[in-house]
Amino acid sequence: MEAAHTHHGDTHGHAHDDHHGHKPSGLMRWVKSTNHKDIGTMYLWFSFTMFLVGGVMALIIRSELFQPGLQIVQPDFFNSMTTYHGLIMVFGAIMPAFVGFANWLIPMQIGAPDMAFPRMNNLSFWLLPPAALLLITAQFMPGGGAGVGWTMYAPLSTQAGPAMDLTIFAVHILGISSIMGSINIITTILNMRAPGLTLMKMPLFCWTWLITAYLLVAVMPVLAGAVTMTLTDRHFGTHFFNAAGGGDPVLYQHIFWFFGHPEVYIIAIPAFGVVSQVIPAFSRKPLFGYASMVYATASIAILSFMVWAHHMYTAGMPVEAQLYFMYATTLIAVPTGVKVFNWVATMWKGSLTFETPMLFALGFLFLFTLGGFTGLVLSITPVDVQLHDTYYVVAHFHYVMVAGALFSAFAGIYFWLPKWTGKMYNESLGKLHFWLSLIFFNVTFFVQHFLGLAGMPRRIPDYSLQFTEFNMISSIGAWGFGLSQLLFLYVVIKCIRSGEKAPDKPWDGADSLEWTHLPTPAPWHSFETPPVIK
Amino acid sequence: MSKALANRRLLTRLSVFAVAMFGFGFALVPFYEKICEVAGINNLIKPAAAVENTQIDRSRTITLEFDANAHGLEWEFKPVQTSVRVHPGEMIQVEYDVRNKGAKPVVGQAIPSYGPKHAAPFVKKLECFCFKQQPLLAGEGKRMPVQFVIDSTLPADVNTITLSYTFFEVKGAALPKGGDQG
Ligand code: HEM
Ligand SMILES: [Cu+2]
Repeated sequence: MEAAHTHHGDTHGHAHDDHHGHKPSGLMRWVKSTNHKDIGTMYLWFSFTMFLVGGVMALIIRSELFQPGLQIVQPDFFNSMTTYHGLIMVFGAIMPAFVGFANWLIPMQIGAPDMAFPRMNNLSFWLLPPAALLLITAQFMPGGGAGVGWTMYAPLSTQAGPAMDLTIFAVHILGISSIMGSINIITTILNMRAPGLTLMKMPLFCWTWLITAYLLVAVMPVLAGAVTMTLTDRHFGTHFFNAAGGGDPVLYQHIFWFFGHPEVYIIAIPAFGVVSQVIPAFSRKPLFGYASMVYATASIAILSFMVWAHHMYTAGMPVEAQLYFMYATTLIAVPTGVKVFNWVATMWKGSLTFETPMLFALGFLFLFTLGGFTGLVLSITPVDVQLHDTYYVVAHFHYVMVAGALFSAFAGIYFWLPKWTGKMYNESLGKLHFWLSLIFFNVTFFVQHFLGLAGMPRRIPDYSLQFTEFNMISSIGAWGFGLSQLLFLYVVIKCIRSGEKAPDKPWDGADSLEWTHLPTPAPWHSFETPPVIK
Repeated sequence: MSKALANRRLLTRLSVFAVAMFGFGFALVPFYEKICEVAGINNLIKPAAAVENTQIDRSRTITLEFDANAHGLEWEFKPVQTSVRVHPGEMIQVEYDVRNKGAKPVVGQAIPSYGPKHAAPFVKKLECFCFKQQPLLAGEGKRMPVQFVIDSTLPADVNTITLSYTFFEVKGAALPKGGDQG
């Protein structure tokens, strides 16, 4: 309460007027907004825009791979598409989507008036569009986009054209944005909870974001360090990754994956949080094993720092190191298993209904678990030596990132859309969106397991003839999946424009503060006076 | 303590932590080098420690093939002999010729690689031009020796080893004096 007001500083008096109903209108409302809900909305729209940009890139990739040989694009451009598709989806679509959720929900769920640092929040968001522009303009640099892969491995990245520099700056900016966003989230959660709301009473979504934010503050700077070294190797005569100067390109891989593996959990953990709100609501039962969920999430986060080299089994490592990384990686399956068990146990004997959010949460549950299984397969060193850099890996991470994180984001959007907009979406269209996404997702990615097992390498524009049929199936699935997302856009716009008025609590089983203590749509300022928690 | 103050303190602490992690990324560089040194990996351009198995094993003959490349350098670089046949444990010396055909003095560093890869630890180099950077004036040429022993514990399935050197330019290294610095 006090905190938010002091932080409004010079706008103090102004902020007071606001809660009598006015808010600034027009474009400036968004540009200068320090309101957590407005900023959350901007994050979500930004993320969806980037999802479409990254999606177009994916369709270029899949169209080229529809047949063997080169039909549509040249190899350099193809490589650039795989690179920027990865970067844009990870840093532009998935991560900002969950930061959007964090902005909208955390203050409401902990009974705070806003985020701890509203102006820093504005800056965190407005750093994103310039970074996205850098990634897009990189395509038009002499020599085209940098075809180095989203992992930006040296020595390719130290030798790539000028597009690489833009890409490095974009990564720096995205990193700064994420770090500021995370500091804001940690401070809000630790310092601004309503009296009586202890940490162990918080909704699980807040817990998952608290843990994720710590991961982000810990590893985004390491990524920034890695790309800074690449930059100085490129232009300032350092030799971090240059073997001729006494450096080592394999060092880049170690630093990158020290960031990279926690990063995959930065994507997955908030998704766990959303699903942990949705499943209990539609099971009309509290979450099973709340405390074990918190501990499992924390152990996943800690373990994620100790397994990075499972991405590098083929890069050259002593056998003892390979054994260590193999055992440590398989260990992650234990806390992950605890979580899956708890979600299933939450549904056990619940009175289940299957509205769109629940369908997406169940889709998440099945397919994320499948992705976890293929992860376990890959964690076994001798198996990975065969499967590394094949389509099996591509299948693995799309199960955890698309059917995992993205489906969870869809579940969350359908779940909270009534609270955000005050209107209901069209349930039949929502369900249609789910079934189309589910089917086309599997058409696209399930067959990629077979391609990988048969030895098709990833990141290539052409392939040998025996892979043709599965690639055709996968490409058809990709177009179906892509087009289905336009239906999602339609459902959301239709809901905002002409949805039926939503009740304060449209879901019987929802029990966090935003449902129980706030009207629908959520007012512009949430808790001017903190709610009382029993 | 007011909430605003508490928030600002946490902000400072977390920012310091983020900056420290940026430093940690750089600290991984010497850490990695140390681990490689201790574990004895990545010592391609360092002399082998004492050679232990110097017993010459005349029952085996290994074919050694030599290859040479220059990456991004206007250097002519080739082995004097393309292959030799040797017994494990025997001391061998071969030579490479290099000439800077460019108009500028350049410093190069040769990096060896081996085929098959797992034969690398059994090629014990005692003397090699790859142990140091090689400055060459414009037009300058050199004949450079490599001296090594094939360890007699070389796995039985390896009969041929290819030793390939690639010269890379070392940008920013001290150039040899007397050259045209332009
Ligand atoms: C039980 C949990 C998991 C295990 C055991 C696991 C294991 C692995 C292994 C061993 C690889 C390396 C494969 C290779 O390159 O040969 C890999 C790749 C990958 N995993 Fe996972 N994984 C798990 C969960 C996740 C999650 C939750 C995500 C993200 C949400 C994820 C995202 C990725 C990505 C993006 C790659 C590929 C990176 C690249 O090379 O571009 N994984 N995983
Ligand atoms: Cu990993």
